[in-house]
Amino acid sequence: MTEPAVQFKHDARRLSADLRHRQIILTAMGNYEVARDQRKGAFQDWQSARQMAAETKWDAINHLDRHLEQLVRNLEARGTKVHWAATDQQARDIILGILRAKKARIIVKSKAMTSEEIHLNEAMEQAGYEVVESDLGEFIVQLREEPPYHIVFPAMHLTRDDIKDVFQRKLGDAPSNNPEELTMVARRVLREKYLQADVGITGANFAIAETGMLSITENEGNARLTAALSRTMITLLGIEKVLPRLEDLALFLPMLAAMGTGQAITCYNTLYGGPRQPGESDGPGEYHVVLLDNHRTALLADAEQRDSLHCIRCGACLNACPIFRNVGGHTYGTTYCGPIGAVITPNLRGLNEWRHLSYASSLCGACTETCPVKINLHHHLLQNRRNASRRRPSWWQRIAFQVFAPVANKPALWALVTRMGRLGQKAHSLVKGGRLDPAYAWTKTRDLPPVAKQSFKEWWRARR
Amino acid sequence: MKVTLFIPCFVDLFYPQVGISMVRILEKLGHTVVCPEGPACCGQPAFNTGYWEESREVAIKVMESLQGAEVVVIASGSCGAMMKVFYPELFAGTKYETQARELAPKCYEFSAFLVNKLGVTNLGARFQHKVTFHDGCHGLRELNNKRPPRELMAKVHGLELVEMGAAETCCGFGGTFSAKFPMISTAMGDVKCASALDTSAEYIVSCDSSCLMHLQGLIDRQHKPIKTIHLAEILVQQ
Repeated sequence: MTEPAVQFKHDARRLSADLRHRQIILTAMGNYEVARDQRKGAFQDWQSARQMAAETKWDAINHLDRHLEQLVRNLEARGTKVHWAATDQQARDIILGILRAKKARIIVKSKAMTSEEIHLNEAMEQAGYEVVESDLGEFIVQLREEPPYHIVFPAMHLTRDDIKDVFQRKLGDAPSNNPEELTMVARRVLREKYLQADVGITGANFAIAETGMLSITENEGNARLTAALSRTMITLLGIEKVLPRLEDLALFLPMLAAMGTGQAITCYNTLYGGPRQPGESDGPGEYHVVLLDNHRTALLADAEQRDSLHCIRCGACLNACPIFRNVGGHTYGTTYCGPIGAVITPNLRGLNEWRHLSYASSLCGACTETCPVKINLHHHLLQNRRNASRRRPSWWQRIAFQVFAPVANKPALWALVTRMGRLGQKAHSLVKGGRLDPAYAWTKTRDLPPVAKQSFKEWWRARR
Repeated sequence: MKVTLFIPCFVDLFYPQVGISMVRILEKLGHTVVCPEGPACCGQPAFNTGYWEESREVAIKVMESLQGAEVVVIASGSCGAMMKVFYPELFAGTKYETQARELAPKCYEFSAFLVNKLGVTNLGARFQHKVTFHDGCHGLRELNNKRPPRELMAKVHGLELVEMGAAETCCGFGGTFSAKFPMISTAMGDVKCASALDTSAEYIVSCDSSCLMHLQGLIDRQHKPIKTIHLAEILVQQ
């Protein structure tokens, strides 16, 4: 087993038996489901909306070159500096280069999974910059020195007492476990940082090719402050975030809000079109956009799984996934967790090292059913399994299936197996549930049914 | 109608009464049942594990044995989805693709066959118990099989259906997943059982014996006050 697989199994074993964790997540998800379904119900026809979103994304991704060129032309026309980053290393170098040129010291960030993907915070901190996450959830997990737990809800796994503890420990200020009071503490700390910050870094939810604008969705106003109060603004986004037309937002903004957080629309939706223009009273003096590939074009080349680039990072598949609910976000050990993470991580970071994520699924299809842009997630897990087995088969599994085929196909052999099964089960009772039990993976927690005294096929033959 | 019944391996070995109930019900409705001696398995375990070549070895035999069948009734939503939905994908681009595509529309999960193909919902069955229903994922999401089992249960005399909150949540079986990640599988089963127990039902009913094997295994080990039963075993009771 690879190192990430060992870590996954270890953490999954721990978390799936952690009843406190299970309760926190089930409660959060129960509330989310009610709100989400209410918002879905507000669409005239949710299934048509999904179909339209999928088709829009299909157009965006299948003509990505054209849309990106248009986006960049429009961005540059208003004075934005656009950078292309083929790899995570290039993206880090570009951003560190801007920070050096601006002689920055304090960087304020709004939530961006793409920055987690390229491990930007570590790189900036190592280079001596002070980095502050301004999204409340991200701020909390940053204080706890852990990665976000969920694409949309970074601190979903924490109770108000957990948050009080970390505020007390790291900020020396936590009057109570009251959410409002805790938020005021964070607000006080963050407001100071906004005023001191030299550079603000954001992600983006959508990039509008037609108008050359970056659309940022948030609930706390922190991205607006990050962008408005810093002299220099940097937006880092994956190339797949492009949408062809401004009017596409009329569908995607309410859809993202409904599936992400169960809201009709998120509190703040802002379009950024470039640096401050002559005569304007606000906006950053300089605006940089970093477009990140980091293996996305490899996915683009794969006709079978290209639609995984449709993802709008709403997190709905995580919320629907019974595996995610039981093992939690950190167990995956990846930037993108849950079903979408299990689909794209093997493609972005190496099939052999991350194949276990594609196997850690019961293939129930709840992810595919909920996905607003209709990514065929659980079928992609099957394709990853096929690709992984082709590239590096497990010898014992291949032999097992090779032996199984003729046994299952020949009635005489199957009849023999049926009889042997009965005998074997008698012997099995001697070792059942113990370490010597070959079926230990099953019998540790579950009983096995007995092989029937008369199998169906035996009954059928006897009857005729 | 001549009905070809496909009995999956685990039903054959562990739950023959499920297949026998189906034979009795179909014959009582006046249909001729045939059951090919041939393959015991649909090929899903190898397919789901990623060994598609090995899976095809099994699936080719299945298709051969079902050649000429008018309709194929499968005693499992999961194996039904394999044959109806995944065979065309498994054989895409091979010389068997046409055969797989021709077989797909003839395949029915048992409850879907009764309701959607035969238009039968009332079998005159009696079952004086409070039950809750577990939607097997493949039946629910690949075969869109939400309605048929409920229509059948609605006509069972004495049966009271109480839906559980997690009816559509996976039970955690998932084939080889249950052995590869037993801890996650068990946690999922615990969540499912807790939801079923909340209804105070006496039985968890399903169209998938594989899900029920997993749940019953947990129930037996933890001595939970609930039992599992396949829908066909209820429908056969007069």
